[in-house]
Amino acid sequence: MTNARYDVVIVGAGHNGLICAAYLAKAGRKVLVLERNEQVGGAAVTHEFSDGFRVSSCAQWLYQFNPNIRAELKLDQYGYELAAENLSTIALSADSNHLTLSSAELNGASVTESDKKAYQLFIKQMLKFSGILAKASERRIPKLLEANWGDRFALFKLGLEMKLLGKEDMQDLLRIALINIYDVLQENFDNDLLKAALSLDATLGTHMGPRSPNTVFSFLHRRLGEVFGFNGVSVVKGGMSTLSQALANAATANGVEIRTAMPVSRINSTADEVTGVTLANGEVVEASTVVSNADPKTTFKSLLGFQKLETGIIRRVSNIRMQGNVAKLHLALDSLPQFDGLDENQSGQRLIIVSTMDAMERAFNSAKYGEYSAQPVMDISIPTLHDKTLAPEGKHVLSALVQYAPYKLAQDWGSVKEDYAQLLVERIDEFAPGIEEQILSWELLTPVDLEREFHLTGGHWHHGEISLDQIMMTRPFPGATQYAMPLTGLYLCGAGAHPGGGVMGLAGKNSAQEILRSNRSKTNLAGKKENVA
Amino acid sequence: MNKRYDAIVIGAGHNGLTNAAYLAKSGLDVLVLEKNSYIGGATVSRELHQDWLYSNCSYVCSLLRPEITRDLELPRHGLQVVPYGGSVSFCSNGDYFGDYPDHERQYREIARHSIRDANAYERYEADVMKQTRLIRPFLLRTPPDPASLKPRDLKEMKYLMDAFADLGEEGLADTLRFWTMSIADYLNEYFETDVIKAHLAGSGIIGTALGVYSPGTAYVLLHHYMGDVDGTVGAWGFARGGMGAVSDALASSFRSFGGEIRVDSEVEQIIVKGNKAVGVALSSGEEIAANIVVSNLDPKRTFLNIMDEKDLPSDVVSKARNFKIRGSSGKLNIALDGLPTFNGIPKNSPLMQTDMHMLDSLERMERAYDDWKDGTWSADPYVDMLIPSQVDPTMAPPGKHMMTVFVQYAPPQINGRDWTDEDRDAFGKTVIDQIANYSPDFKDLILHCEVRTPREIENEVGLTEGNIFMGELTFDQLLFNRPFPGYAQYRGPISGMYMCSSGTHPGGGVMAAPGANAAREILADLKRPNLVPEAYADD
Amino acid sequence: MRSHDETMMLQTPFHSRVAKACELNQWDEWKGYTTPAAYTEVEQEYFAVRNSTGVFDLSPMTKYRITGADAELYLNKVMTRDVRKLNPDRVGYTIWCNDAGQVMDDGTLFNFGENNYRLCSYTRVMDWLQWSAMGFDVEIIDETADFGALAVQGPTSCAVLKAMGFKGIEKLKPFGISHFPFEDAEVMISRTGFTGDLGYELWVEPPKAITLWDRLFDAGSNLGIRAIGGNALEMVRIEAGFLQAGVDFVPAEETVRIGRSRSPFELGLGWLVDFDKGVFNGRQALLKEKREGSRYAFVFLDVEGNKPAEHSFILKGNKEIGTVTSAAWCPTAKSNIAFAQIESKYANSGENLTAEIYYQTELKWTRLLAKCHVIDSPVFSSPKRRQTPAPDF
Repeated sequence: MTNARYDVVIVGAGHNGLICAAYLAKAGRKVLVLERNEQVGGAAVTHEFSDGFRVSSCAQWLYQFNPNIRAELKLDQYGYELAAENLSTIALSADSNHLTLSSAELNGASVTESDKKAYQLFIKQMLKFSGILAKASERRIPKLLEANWGDRFALFKLGLEMKLLGKEDMQDLLRIALINIYDVLQENFDNDLLKAALSLDATLGTHMGPRSPNTVFSFLHRRLGEVFGFNGVSVVKGGMSTLSQALANAATANGVEIRTAMPVSRINSTADEVTGVTLANGEVVEASTVVSNADPKTTFKSLLGFQKLETGIIRRVSNIRMQGNVAKLHLALDSLPQFDGLDENQSGQRLIIVSTMDAMERAFNSAKYGEYSAQPVMDISIPTLHDKTLAPEGKHVLSALVQYAPYKLAQDWGSVKEDYAQLLVERIDEFAPGIEEQILSWELLTPVDLEREFHLTGGHWHHGEISLDQIMMTRPFPGATQYAMPLTGLYLCGAGAHPGGGVMGLAGKNSAQEILRSNRSKTNLAGKKENVA
Repeated sequence: MNKRYDAIVIGAGHNGLTNAAYLAKSGLDVLVLEKNSYIGGATVSRELHQDWLYSNCSYVCSLLRPEITRDLELPRHGLQVVPYGGSVSFCSNGDYFGDYPDHERQYREIARHSIRDANAYERYEADVMKQTRLIRPFLLRTPPDPASLKPRDLKEMKYLMDAFADLGEEGLADTLRFWTMSIADYLNEYFETDVIKAHLAGSGIIGTALGVYSPGTAYVLLHHYMGDVDGTVGAWGFARGGMGAVSDALASSFRSFGGEIRVDSEVEQIIVKGNKAVGVALSSGEEIAANIVVSNLDPKRTFLNIMDEKDLPSDVVSKARNFKIRGSSGKLNIALDGLPTFNGIPKNSPLMQTDMHMLDSLERMERAYDDWKDGTWSADPYVDMLIPSQVDPTMAPPGKHMMTVFVQYAPPQINGRDWTDEDRDAFGKTVIDQIANYSPDFKDLILHCEVRTPREIENEVGLTEGNIFMGELTFDQLLFNRPFPGYAQYRGPISGMYMCSSGTHPGGGVMAAPGANAAREILADLKRPNLVPEAYADD
Repeated sequence: MRSHDETMMLQTPFHSRVAKACELNQWDEWKGYTTPAAYTEVEQEYFAVRNSTGVFDLSPMTKYRITGADAELYLNKVMTRDVRKLNPDRVGYTIWCNDAGQVMDDGTLFNFGENNYRLCSYTRVMDWLQWSAMGFDVEIIDETADFGALAVQGPTSCAVLKAMGFKGIEKLKPFGISHFPFEDAEVMISRTGFTGDLGYELWVEPPKAITLWDRLFDAGSNLGIRAIGGNALEMVRIEAGFLQAGVDFVPAEETVRIGRSRSPFELGLGWLVDFDKGVFNGRQALLKEKREGSRYAFVFLDVEGNKPAEHSFILKGNKEIGTVTSAAWCPTAKSNIAFAQIESKYANSGENLTAEIYYQTELKWTRLLAKCHVIDSPVFSSPKRRQTPAPDF
């Protein structure tokens, strides 16, 4: 049964899928987006986890979303709204002498003047380095040897950017880009809580501890948001769904057709090219270009099927490391939790429980052996302080990213989930005494749950480890680094592609540019942008 | 001050001697100063038990550049390297995995554990060889400074880039992956059997304060694969008479060019005048003048111990402080009354003459590293153990044996405090118990045992923290970053001062390349013809 | 846990008979097995194959059994040829490539029917077969040691088998498979070989191997039967134009240096590539090569004179354009044949080239620039090879 024909079919209405769709439609392509869930957004959604209590399901902060995309797609017109922005990070201390980190300065935790000075220098230097990464993130990653002129120019510009850092910074970058955050922080700072707080940004969402080499890189990757103009994290009004809905609105306004509750069962292909998709209901949609917003393993293994792929590709795909370590805890609270030493305004900031780098490293040790951390690291948000619509009057939601909770647990997650939730609550209770009594209900999403709910292989929301061996010219795998996959007409537009990441949007935008280029399109994005503007 | 030398080399380790030999060969008047009463540094043979010779630091030979061995006529000066092949890992269930040098025998043995792994090994070998071939030509070259626009640096950068370009687009991506992956992740892409992965992973951690799950350890593996004996890449050998034979041959070669060595002469200070090194002061108070001073000490000792902070640019001092030189290993040298028996293998097995390892899973190896991170030695340690006296009759009396046991992990400090004698003995006991788990008669055969923790290695040999490579082999400290960015071309920060230790490119292992490379730079600065050979062409 | 002894050099199921027959005591190693280089005299062994019957123990050949509901589908993806066209009880010559379209090995594929196949190869490919099996319902077992095999080759080979009592063997078509009861068990016979002449391969479980050998040699005693070693086989296979992995090409995944592997087109095996059958490993790369042209070509060369052009450079004028991979004087065809890898543009039938041959007599080395030219087909191809019913001599 064939009943429709599109230029491009996009599988998955995650934020990258929607962005890719919007750009393609702006350039005049006839685009269909197919989403298996009821609502758009993929992992960038809000859900009701308890009667009247809603929360952003996966990502809870917006901190990397690319501002060009926001402007080019006019998201502000389509419902993009923040409830709070430029939030600081507060590292909680057992003695209530908490440490507040903002982009500009440090406060509390008896931080010395020399640490404060070092912090400013450090943040400034990291921002410079992230700036180079940002440049590389805003376009496809160039090939090094089989480079065309565009790639060569991009490489030349990257080389120039490095040179422009100046000799000392360039040497520093070459030195620290591959090492661990632990050593770099030890070199720069004295305060243990400060070091722990900074190393969280280097390890969150990865299978690495502060002492793992490559964590400086993940720190720089996390800090891309600062280059994009974020001064700390933001909270989306109404939760992440609002952002996704704004993207969907923008896409629709440009002529994209979005069908939700419409799972794709197969990407169809001949031996040499894709031909469209088959839906779970048996319907066949023909298209010469199919874009997958799913992770690379899902794309190749489940949607295309290994039978249709050459063995080298199977080997590459199978070797992508993507086993999540982050669980998500949601608490519906009767009243605002009282964190020792924090006022209400402070409670609305990004609260992190990190103790020391060594403790974090020990927490990671557990993950290596398939155990959850007994002393977990947490990144806590109380969104209801900024957005009352998420909970009934006077009630609150606490949302926390919890690490390390490995996807492959020695036991079955189902049998230990309750114990773990209890452990987590007790951990929070150390800093917010009495919170246990405030809990009306709770939800814990382990990586296994995230895999099931959001179709993320391994429950890994970056669609693959962000580690040096899986980024840039190796993401998602060598031979498939420029969004076009090794099957004509198939593209990847999600976080599994360059530049990876959280809710950033660049993979979606870059892939759209690649698709338009390959179709020898006369309309490029920049030209179209001018026309529309 | 009395006589003024053309050059003084501080430290009679193998790199110091190599460097000195080339300088002397060029006609310079060269003096090597050694603080110990014996030469060799960590490349020594010592009679610490009567009639037994211990290679009590480095213990096997592969990385020693054949170009240098031949050029300095080391065989004529007494060096004989006898290759050995293979290795074995013992399993806790009584089984073992034997890695035979013969390809087919190796295949059959891997296939005994997994047919698929046996076949995958062939692909693994080819893939690792690709990486090895890339790195080998750089061992006898001076790294370029990527931040420099000097013609020579640009030319060397081009040479480097051309080598990478030869890999092809996907090959290049694979190399980037290889250099940034953990050895565990890398091996997981090939093998399914834990003991095989554990066996191969050993080369990824030896001498390194990283675990098998730490990114960057795949490269460390390369460091153990890139040597060769008689052209067989990856092969290892015994120096007849212990590793001291390497130093003795180098010293003899050096002396044949008119060089002078003084032992029991500890340098306290490099004397700097007008931003130029002019000589050294010994701990005895004696001062010796020289036009050039070359330090074979590690970068920390060089810049923080024997140089004055006021003589140095501030960035060098902070870079030296931040230089990572973490002790991670210890060593036991044991005199045995006879040949011990090991679980599963007969005494006439060729595996008896190879490296023996004790851990049979990646997890056990990683847990051994966790202990190090926690500031204590591994309760279930990894060992690389050999009994060279089976091959080398000079090491022990007939029928008796000498065993060398390299142990990982041992931290430079125990829970933040210095090692004590009690710690050392407890560490030794842990290792002996570990070996005895796999060798029932081992304990009864022990006649004498020297236990060396990082403390002993540092105090006796002068390796900071007892780090055998004089600095971690992580990417931030390799190639143009070794020892520090901007100082990777063997020249110190002040005129007339040079570095030639394993703390410089291409790093540790008894390679002699840093010493030779430094000599090439010194001769160039003196506008003398280069005498240091180029690397043999690999095809 | 298997014992230590099993890691020693392996022996084929025929070893006791082979060892007795190997009067010269000249041995080679073949994939870990002890295998004779020559039994008595290489020339006699060679002529046994060409004139009567030669018997070669090919038990060390790597053998995989591939079964399961998707076996055909699976093999069709691994192999470059269309495996669906290989009927039950038939054997097909086949090659397989990696994604880059470079040949990993060649081999023979036996279709036992009902998704039950045997793949025989020179190299080991379990790792590749397993990776390729992801997404398919197949089981792959290494059965190298589970079957002994004898190649019985030459003009009287059918007569020998008839004399052994294998009724109707003469009706077996080339590349056909037939099963015969043997000593309460079974022997499988395929009409296949590596010699370019009439010939069979006999497959048997190890306990029956010695009996098979004895009965075979009894039956052949009046028909000129003789055991042959690797040296004679080498002459025969060059004469018949068969490639050998590791000699005429390097299995793709074993290459370390870029550009050292070869595609099917570059090995003259383009006829084994079927683009009409759908996805297979190497398809995209081979389509590209077909569009853009190949770098190299594999050619048969007829070399003047009688000095084998072993390891020779091939020149066009003074320019080096390739090298010889295998070469031999062919006693039956009375030709001096070489296999060579040359730049593809010179691979035209009749192209005149020069082989730079070095040979020595009494330690005197001679450099010979021998004229040679490209020929279309192997110099030996017996019509008996294709005849059914098979002739008696």
